[in-house]
Amino acid sequence: MEQGKKRYSKRTVLRLGRYMLQYKWLLAFAVVCTLGSNLFSLIGPKLTGLCIGAVEPGPGAVNFSEVFYYAAWMAGFYVASAVMSYGLQVLMLTISRKVVYRMRQDVFEKLMSLPVGYFDVHQTGDIISRISYDIDTVNASLSNDLVQLLTTIITVVGALVMMITISPKLVLVFAFTVPLSILITKYITGRTRPLFRERSAKLGEMNGFVEEMITGQKTLKAYGREEYTLRRFNGKNKEAVDAYYRAEYYGSIVGPCVNFINNLSLSLISVFGALLYLAGSMRIGDISSFVLYSRKFSGPINEAANIFSELQSALAAAERVFRLIDEAPEPADAEGAQELVEAIGDVKVEHVSFGYTPDKTIIHDLSFEAKPGKLIAIVGPTGAGKTTLINLLMRFYDPNSGRILVDEKETAYLTRKSLRKAYAMVLQDTWLFYGSIYENLAYGKEGASREEVEAAAKAARIHSFIKRLPQGYDTILTDEGTNISKGQKQLLTIARAMLLDARMLILDEATSNVDTRTERQIQKAMLKLMEGKTCFVIAHRLSTIENADLIMVVNDGEVVEQGTHKELMERQGVYRRLYNAQFE
Amino acid sequence: MKQIILRYISPYYKRMGMGFLIKFFGTIMDLCIPYILAYIIDTVIPMRNRNMVLFWGLLMLICSGVAVSFNIIANRMASKVSSDATEVIRHDLFSKIMYLSNAQTDYFTKPSLISRMTSDTYNLHQMFGRIQRLGVRAPILLIGGICVTFTLDAAMACVLLATLPLLGFITVYVSRRSIPMYAGLQEANDRFVRMVREDIAGIRVIKALSKTEYETEKFRDINKEVVERERKNGMVMAVINPSMNILLNLGLVGVILVGAYRVNAGTSEVGKILAFTTYFTIILNAMLSISKMFTVLSKAIASGDRIWQVLECGDDMQVIETSVMRTSEMEIASSKEGSDTGEKRTEQAEEQSEERKEEQNKAQKEAPIEETICFDHVTFSYLKGGEANIRDLSFCINKGETLGIIGEIGSGKSTIVNLMMRMYDVDQGCVRISGKDVRSYQPKALKAKFGVVFQNDTIFEDTIAGNVTLGRELSEEEIQEALLYARASEFVENRADKASEALNIKGANLSGGQKQRVLIARAMAAKPEILILDDSSSALDYRTDAQLRRGIKEHFPDTTLVMIAQRVSSIRNADHILVLEDGVPIGYGTHEELMDNCEVYSEISKMQTGESM
Repeated sequence: MEQGKKRYSKRTVLRLGRYMLQYKWLLAFAVVCTLGSNLFSLIGPKLTGLCIGAVEPGPGAVNFSEVFYYAAWMAGFYVASAVMSYGLQVLMLTISRKVVYRMRQDVFEKLMSLPVGYFDVHQTGDIISRISYDIDTVNASLSNDLVQLLTTIITVVGALVMMITISPKLVLVFAFTVPLSILITKYITGRTRPLFRERSAKLGEMNGFVEEMITGQKTLKAYGREEYTLRRFNGKNKEAVDAYYRAEYYGSIVGPCVNFINNLSLSLISVFGALLYLAGSMRIGDISSFVLYSRKFSGPINEAANIFSELQSALAAAERVFRLIDEAPEPADAEGAQELVEAIGDVKVEHVSFGYTPDKTIIHDLSFEAKPGKLIAIVGPTGAGKTTLINLLMRFYDPNSGRILVDEKETAYLTRKSLRKAYAMVLQDTWLFYGSIYENLAYGKEGASREEVEAAAKAARIHSFIKRLPQGYDTILTDEGTNISKGQKQLLTIARAMLLDARMLILDEATSNVDTRTERQIQKAMLKLMEGKTCFVIAHRLSTIENADLIMVVNDGEVVEQGTHKELMERQGVYRRLYNAQFE
Repeated sequence: MKQIILRYISPYYKRMGMGFLIKFFGTIMDLCIPYILAYIIDTVIPMRNRNMVLFWGLLMLICSGVAVSFNIIANRMASKVSSDATEVIRHDLFSKIMYLSNAQTDYFTKPSLISRMTSDTYNLHQMFGRIQRLGVRAPILLIGGICVTFTLDAAMACVLLATLPLLGFITVYVSRRSIPMYAGLQEANDRFVRMVREDIAGIRVIKALSKTEYETEKFRDINKEVVERERKNGMVMAVINPSMNILLNLGLVGVILVGAYRVNAGTSEVGKILAFTTYFTIILNAMLSISKMFTVLSKAIASGDRIWQVLECGDDMQVIETSVMRTSEMEIASSKEGSDTGEKRTEQAEEQSEERKEEQNKAQKEAPIEETICFDHVTFSYLKGGEANIRDLSFCINKGETLGIIGEIGSGKSTIVNLMMRMYDVDQGCVRISGKDVRSYQPKALKAKFGVVFQNDTIFEDTIAGNVTLGRELSEEEIQEALLYARASEFVENRADKASEALNIKGANLSGGQKQRVLIARAMAAKPEILILDDSSSALDYRTDAQLRRGIKEHFPDTTLVMIAQRVSSIRNADHILVLEDGVPIGYGTHEELMDNCEVYSEISKMQTGESM
């Protein structure tokens, strides 16, 4: 298990690397900058030491030319180092933004190519958190941690080398403090990691509770459950706050401990340095340089632990992103698939069986034919069955066995795009996007003229409403759609469908959000929309489909009866019972 | 923000003071160490006394030990204080949100309340901790560091001091510039998320219309914009660190130069220059953490203000003793909507309150005892000053009767329920339940009379039984009875864990009809005096719907029933049917009466039963 996990993250690292390597020249430049900026700043303390060394002779004997010489070099190196470090940050920002852009684009393109069923089983919030937060995490880590890691290595190695050149004996101090600091950080992170995990879990729990309760606030108020909910919240709040405190209780040790070890090294260096000076094997300037290097040396070692844990969370995020990118897309169109051009609308379903999962067949051996211009109605209680049929017709899914033909051509050998274009569709869930009314209506027909759009809106009886809006057709529909009612939204989607010139039409509870009177008013429009088209209608109100050419009754996902209204009424079955219930 | 600190932090002043004191000494110890180093080099070494070197070395160790333990203690105290304070803030905020009136919830919007409750309180928590930990340490290190350098050598310290205003200027300038950039980025990000959310919701339409390529292009634009803004923002912020480094390091060079002259003149010693270099690192780090604190602080201030906006909300639905509404409440309610309309409304309210008083007194005397729900010339609108959502509505329902409400979408059906339960206060007229003005009830007592299913009501992540009780004390029998009468038993019994079956968030593992039946069971479980079903049987097939209605009549004969429906069949047997259009009652009577005298009603009815098809 552990092994498998490791291999998995290795693959993730490689894939991330591939994203980065697309910008290898920028990346190489960034490495040069990192090296330069760090090496330059490493030289600083050495020069400081030399400078102080030149001052050392004391009153009246200071070697000013040397002091100025080294001071000028110091200034030069520090400025160069800072400039390079700014350049490095700009480079890393550029690279990481490019990587983020590429990854987001990849995720979005994948989203567009996934089968629709993916969105039925995956939470929108989860997908959004992958495309935004997870990618951000990856990117923050790429731009910061990598530079940090490189900096750490260069600084530690560089500082060590410099210190050895100054005084190999004094370096022995670190033989004591470095293992100590590793031990302490290891101990602390070992203690705190589960605590931090618990902290996020508890916080997530509390946030989830808050979200649910605020969403249901009206209900809770209606039942007078405010106090009860508050009591439950207090429990969650206490847990979250306590978990936070427990994590901090140990987490807050880190800073002082790091400081302690630094102070410890400094004390030891001072004492031993002084002793060495007394023994005549070290100069004052050397002690100064050594002290500065020792600060550079021990800082990053303690940082390393942090960087690794951040890298780990970045890898976890990258894995979530890659898992989405790796989802199987809709199967490609069959080889040599034909375009469906100018369909007549003759739909035949032959012995189709289908289930979303292999173990649960939803449609058993279904056969029927819809001649051009006929009306097929699908009725039955709410459940999966009715919508499944639509999914198969539009090829959002392919049947497990059997086949569907349009104009005598098997749909499996048609391109999905051309097949879907042959259908117009009005669904129960109205979908409008943030944009003007005109854009929303013309969505299905590129380059539709203003007149065409207005004609469709008139036919759908929504034109006069749009005209009354202050900005008319240019009114922006906001996401909450607060400026427009559910029924009006539905009318807009009907108008959108009117603009398409498709031979087949799917109405999935299209008028369920429109009240009966409006429904009646748009009846003519609907009839016009349906005119000459092969129509598949899902409906609750049986009155609307009595004159259908074929009625299919779906129950528990199976087609239990089919026939015309008259035939079904005579059969005394489910349909008749449903029908009569209207008048009870 | 100031108010939050006053209210929630002041109780901890003592503990915080203790923490600060401990932290102060710990930090002073940190500062002592380089001081001792300078002393060793300048004073002890020339004495050529090994024991003295060891003695001062030991002193450095002791200082380090004291520093580490004091800092840890102080940090833990700080964590405790910030956790305790956050707990109280969250508690108060959540409690406030639970008791907000619906008008106030509408004003803030739920997503905003949720984010105030989650991310804003989190920001505050982080800030409290960090300010206590670094807020003392960094300034002490900075000021202490500067002070010590002054005692070491005033002239050299002045060079160092000269760089500080420049540093401060850069920090302030950069953060000033980045704040509006950050706001722009946030906006672009919102648009980005909205587009993804939208496309996921409309994936079927997008695919059906073969618009995936178009959407991908659209996404490319927004993606580019977000990325570009992020980059620009980052570039500005990236200026801080390198420029601080340059300034401080150049300051160091200056110190050495000045030091060289002073040593040469005999007014200073080499060891002091050495100590200076160490203090430099300390001061540099302190400056960096102070600049980091600025970002945390500005984020937390924004969060604190957002939290305070909710906390300072007044109670706009006070219980009034007489049934007369005082103008002061109107003021509170209207002040939320913006001050300019507020004034106008108060004047209006004053004029109206007089007539209302008379009307109400009259109405109350006439009211018969058994009347359960009575609307008396009620006018109401959600947007104050906007078009009325309910206009001059009057009706009375007696105990045990059924009221059916039918009408177009947006005609005000659900508004009637909201007013009945005093989710909102009427603008004119009054609503009486059991003969008393709803505004004179204690909220709890009023709510206890009702069992209600709202349109699109909430299923919580709990068991089926938990969803029925909602934490009310109901016996097992009562739960089973409610499930039975709501016709939910049929499917509950088929579940593996029966009524203890856990439901997912929003009841995702139930079908639409099953959800509605659980909700109806919830409404019936406590045997309410008034049962309200707002479009809550729409997902049931006609047969189940009919059985349900029969069950209610049979088992709850004394319960007054209010049914809102789109289907005539659901309400045709009601004792009274109210037909609404644009908030105005256009028909009131029994099914038969309305068929004769209400054109709209008979039209709807004929259409639904198929007579006109």
